[in-house]
Amino acid sequence: MLDIQTQLFESQDLRLGPIDHEKDPEIESKWTHDSEFTRLMDTDPARPLSAAVIKKQYEKLEKKVEEDKNLFHFMIRTRVDGRLIGKAVVQWIEWTNGNAFLRLGIGSAEDRQKGYGTQALQMLLRFAFAELNLFRVSALVPEYNEAAVALLRKFGFVQEVCRRSALERDGRRWDLYTFGLLRDEWQNGHTGQAER
Amino acid sequence: MKDLFRGELVRLTLVEPEVGAKASALWQRDSEFHRLLDNSPARLDSEKKIKEWFEKDAEKGFKPERYGFSVRTLAEDKYIGFLGLWVDLIHREAWVGLGIGEREFWSKGYGTDMMKLCQQYVFRELSLERLSLGLFEYNPRALRSYEKCGFRLEGRTRMDTMREGNRVDSLWMGILREEWLQLQEGDGK
Amino acid sequence: MKDILTGKFVRLSAFDPEEMSKAWPRWYQNSEYFRMLFSSARPLHSPKAELKWMEEEVAEMSPANYSFAIRTLAEDKLIGELGLEVVDWSGREAFVGLGIGETEYWSKGYGTDIMNVLLRFAFTEVNLKRVSLGVFEYNPRAIRSYEKAGFRHEGRLRNLLRREGRRWDNLFMGILREEWLELNHN
Repeated sequence: MLDIQTQLFESQDLRLGPIDHEKDPEIESKWTHDSEFTRLMDTDPARPLSAAVIKKQYEKLEKKVEEDKNLFHFMIRTRVDGRLIGKAVVQWIEWTNGNAFLRLGIGSAEDRQKGYGTQALQMLLRFAFAELNLFRVSALVPEYNEAAVALLRKFGFVQEVCRRSALERDGRRWDLYTFGLLRDEWQNGHTGQAER
Repeated sequence: MKDLFRGELVRLTLVEPEVGAKASALWQRDSEFHRLLDNSPARLDSEKKIKEWFEKDAEKGFKPERYGFSVRTLAEDKYIGFLGLWVDLIHREAWVGLGIGEREFWSKGYGTDMMKLCQQYVFRELSLERLSLGLFEYNPRALRSYEKCGFRLEGRTRMDTMREGNRVDSLWMGILREEWLQLQEGDGK
Repeated sequence: MKDILTGKFVRLSAFDPEEMSKAWPRWYQNSEYFRMLFSSARPLHSPKAELKWMEEEVAEMSPANYSFAIRTLAEDKLIGELGLEVVDWSGREAFVGLGIGETEYWSKGYGTDIMNVLLRFAFTEVNLKRVSLGVFEYNPRAIRSYEKAGFRHEGRLRNLLRREGRRWDNLFMGILREEWLELNHN
């Protein structure tokens, strides 16, 4: 059935939206100072950034979205008070092959363990499959990010690749996984989709 | 110290914009070659455009994240293909992409010779921890060659490429430094 | 994943060109301070002049360069700066430079704390094999601090500096990954 009534960008508690160039840089700057967060989210070395630098990054990002046409970027906010809590991307989109990579992160520790990751991923998947019409989506996750592995498994992602000892952190090597989800798998099993 | 750039059939040499562009333009016309190499749509660029691209790349100067080589036969010094390395400096991993544009050199051990030179460079000169690559499931020739070089299959991303109406998997392989060193010992090198 | 930007007294935070370009002239006004950092006479630049080249370097975000501001945990006060520059990827070696511009924080263990945080970052996040530094012979406070952090004396560049009518050496110190891991095996 063609359902255009269900909002793509809203869930029970969250809203996906664009960048607020005035308010967001300060908040994202705080996230970059939390190396526990950055080291889960990113494989590059932790690098605290000032709000001014983040602001410039936002400008470059919006330009890239417009020019490259293979990237969608969302800020995640709470619906109740519009507070920025994280961000999500659909990136490296290959239109002719119908695939893309997803990334999402909830910036501060207090906002985790609240089911926000689940809601955000749900919206992201619907956008990727039902709006961008992709055939499959992938995600790269380091072995040490157990929360991300659990979240992806919940949505039926399959661990397809294990790049052994691909990363080094805290003095040891770690594996890097590629998870994949096909559209059929998403259609048949997507969790918690409210019937409207 | 042995010559890192000299194998048994080929040698690795520098990228020359003029020669490279001429050859690349010809090789691009071979759609089978492109489709074995690349998952982006086959394209046809002018020699001029390709040369500009090579020159622009050369202008950037040395970057430790990127190494590009031309491959020439030892026998006739013929330019037959290329090899590229992308290095993750922090995690000490490299990705390799290689291709033999001259068809008459397929299935004759040239690819394996190129890959062995690459591995030697990555592990002995760059001192990295692992070397990775990806290939299409419809490229059994490459799979055999890479297995011969000690790469292990680490997974398949299902149906991530579509060609001729078929969705096909990509295979991902990797070799670790210890594994490569053990292979060298085995060969008594 | 562990936090690697926080020490006992300080934390590493963003190097903000705007903020730094205002702090530098204030810190460098103190000639005792800048003579510890720089081998040659340095003109006093205006904030505007410092800002431009700082912004360029920060924007580049090269894997070879890391600049940090140093803030106290107690009051979140900016007290100095720190830089790590990878000079050789094959050998995985980097040089570190640090300065505590706020002099009331000298000789209180801040220097050693900063260096410990930096070394943990260098060895467990950038995955380097050795960290080197140069320090002037007439800076015993810093030399002592680096020794405490585990740096060893590896040599001297004799008579490199000339100040107050005589010549001084530049001391070369280094610490290896294995040595640091041994010192910090918890």
